[in-house]
Amino acid sequence: MSTMMYRDALRAALLEEMRRDPRVFVIGEEVGRYGGAYAVTKGLFEEFGAERLVDAPISEASTVGLGVGAAITGLRPVVELMYVDFIGLAADQIANQMAKVRYMTGGQVTVPMVLRTQGGTGRSAGAQHSQSLEAWLAHVPGLRVVMPSTPADAKGLLKTAIRSDDPVVFIEHKALYAMKGEVPGGELLVPFGQAAVVRNGNDLTMITYSRMVHYALEAAQKLAADGISAEVIDLRTLNPLDMDTVLASVRRTRRALVLNEAHRTAGFCSELAARVTEELFDVLEAPVSRVAAKDVPVPATLLEKLSIPGPDDVAAEARALVQRRRR
Amino acid sequence: MDVAVRPSPLEPGLRRKLFVMMLRIREFEDRVAEGYLRGLTAGSMFHLSVGEEGVGAGAGCAMRNGDVFTTHHRGHGIFLARGADPGRMFAEVFGRREGYCAGKGGSMHIADAKLGHMGANAIVGANIPISLGGGFSMKYLKTGGTSVAFFGDGALNQGVLYESMNMAALWKLPVVFLVVNNQYGMGTRIDRASACLDFVKRAESFGVRGAEVDGMDVEAVYSAAADLYGHSRAGNGPAFLIANCYRFYGHGRKDPSPYRDKAEEAEWKKRDPVEVQKARLIADGLLDAAGADAAVKEVAEEMEAAVQWASRASMPEPGDLWTGVYADDTSSGGRA
Repeated sequence: MSTMMYRDALRAALLEEMRRDPRVFVIGEEVGRYGGAYAVTKGLFEEFGAERLVDAPISEASTVGLGVGAAITGLRPVVELMYVDFIGLAADQIANQMAKVRYMTGGQVTVPMVLRTQGGTGRSAGAQHSQSLEAWLAHVPGLRVVMPSTPADAKGLLKTAIRSDDPVVFIEHKALYAMKGEVPGGELLVPFGQAAVVRNGNDLTMITYSRMVHYALEAAQKLAADGISAEVIDLRTLNPLDMDTVLASVRRTRRALVLNEAHRTAGFCSELAARVTEELFDVLEAPVSRVAAKDVPVPATLLEKLSIPGPDDVAAEARALVQRRRR
Repeated sequence: MDVAVRPSPLEPGLRRKLFVMMLRIREFEDRVAEGYLRGLTAGSMFHLSVGEEGVGAGAGCAMRNGDVFTTHHRGHGIFLARGADPGRMFAEVFGRREGYCAGKGGSMHIADAKLGHMGANAIVGANIPISLGGGFSMKYLKTGGTSVAFFGDGALNQGVLYESMNMAALWKLPVVFLVVNNQYGMGTRIDRASACLDFVKRAESFGVRGAEVDGMDVEAVYSAAADLYGHSRAGNGPAFLIANCYRFYGHGRKDPSPYRDKAEEAEWKKRDPVEVQKARLIADGLLDAAGADAAVKEVAEEMEAAVQWASRASMPEPGDLWTGVYADDTSSGGRA
C-alpha cells in the first residue's frame, strides 16, 4: 500500500502494462516528449521511446482510427484524446468504427483498444474544455465506459482496460489528477462491472461516479450530523453497469438520489433514474431524485461553480428526498 | 476494342488469372443483383462493382498474403480477388449465419481477419484511418507487409484522407491509398465535387508517392499496384494510386443514373475491362474464343453453386442478436 496521486496511479498502470506487454503503445497529442497535457505520461517517453509513445499531430479522427486499425491487426493501443470535448472530431471513428467492428463482423474482428480522455470542470476551462459527455458514449452499444474516482481505481481499472478485448473509453476527471489516495501494492486489476459501496447508510442511496463520488461523500458527512444516514455507491464503470449493487441498496433504503456532473437533460443519471424506477417502483418511498449540472454550456471563470452541483446542493437534495413519503 | 500494342511484362498464367478473376467478379455481382430480384438478399443495400473489375482484380491480386486491407462499400470484387469464398460472401449478403460476418454485417461490412480483410466500411472514407492503423502495426511488428485502403473518388474530399496521408508520410508507414475512381460519388461527378482534379499532386504534396493508372486495364493496374505495394513494404513510406474506371450500373441496383450522359456511358463501356483483357489474351495467343467461352461457363457454374449453397445456409437465430457486441457477451446480460 502506498499513497499516490491519481495521475501517478494512471502512469503506474501504463508503465506496468507497457513493460508486461510489448504490443501496448500510447498515441495522442503531446503524450511523448511533453509528457501529457496533465502529466499522466510524463517520463514514459524516456523509457519507451518514440516507437511506443507516439506524438500524434492534431488529427483526432485519424488518431483514433489508427488505434482501431492497429488494434484489429494485433496491437493494444492506448489512444489519448486530450479532452473529452474533442470526441466530436473523432465521433465517427469512436461510434461507428471502434464500437461496432466486433459486432458488424460477427465477432471475428476484435478491437482491444483504450481511448483515454478526461472531462469535467474545476479549472475554469470554458465550455469547450469542461464537459461531461459520458452519456454520448454510454449510448453506443459496444463501448465499455470507465470513470474512476480514486487513485486506486484509476490504476486498477486502467490496467483492466488495457487487458480488455473490448474497446474501452476511459474518462478521467481533470480535477482529480492531484488527488492523493491509498493504492494497494502488487498487481492491481479492478474488474469492470463491480460498483463499490463507499459509504454505508440506511435512509437513502446516492448513486454516482467520478468526482461526484467525493461530493456525495462530503454531503453524506454533513447529513450524518443531522441524523440522516446516506449510502454512497461509486459505479466505477457505466458499461458494464452494476445494477445489482444499486438495486440491492435501494431496495433497502427505498430512496435513490442519482448524481452526475453532466447536464441534467439526458445525462447518465436520467438512465439510472429510469432503471431504478422500472425495477423498484413499488418499494420507493419517493421518486428518484436527480442532481446534475444546469442545462447551460459550462461557463468559464466564476460562473462555472454556479452551473455545477456542489456538496451543499447534494445535501439539500438529499434532505428534501428523505422528507418525502408515500401516502 | 482497344488492345495495348506494347508487350505485356506479366506472366501468361497471371494474365489469364486476372481475366478469370474479372469474370468471377462480374458474375458474382450479377448474381447478387439476381438474388435481390429473387428476394434472397437481406435488404437492398449492396453496391455492385461491374465495370470496375480491372481495379478489383488488378489491385487485389497484386497484394500478398500477410498484407491487410479495408474497402469502401463497393468492395465485393476486391475481396474476391483476395481469395474470398464466394459462397460465404453470398451467405453474408443473404443474411445467413454461414456468411463471413454471421449475417450481421451484410454487403457493406464484409470482413475476414484470416484473409487480412479488416472490413468494408459504409462511412465514406472512414476505412482510411483504419488502414493507417494497419500500416502502423505492420511497421511496429515488422511483418514486412503493407496495408491498403481502397476507397472511391467520393472519399477524396474527406478530411481523414489528408490526416492519414500526413501521418503515414510522417512515420513512413507501409500504407497504400488506392482510389477506385469510378467518376461519380453516388450521383455527383468528380469535377462537380473537386476544384483540383490532379489528385496525384495532392498526394505528392503530403510526401506520399503518387501515381495514376487506367483502371480499365487490369494489367496496368496490377503492375502499378504491385510497384507501389513494393515501395511501401520496403520501408519507403506510403503511396497513392488513383485508378480511373467506370461504374457500369447505377449507385444502387435501382438507380438508372439519369445524371450521367448516355454517350459518356457508351464511351466507357467500349473499354469494358473484361473485354479488353479477353481481346488482348486472344491477340497474344494465350486464349481462343472457345477457351474464353469455357472460362465463362466455368465461372457461371462456380457462382451458381455458391448461390445454391448460400441460399440453403441457415438463417440467424433470435439469440444471435446479442452475441458479438462484447468480448464476454454473458457480462452484458442482454443489456449494458
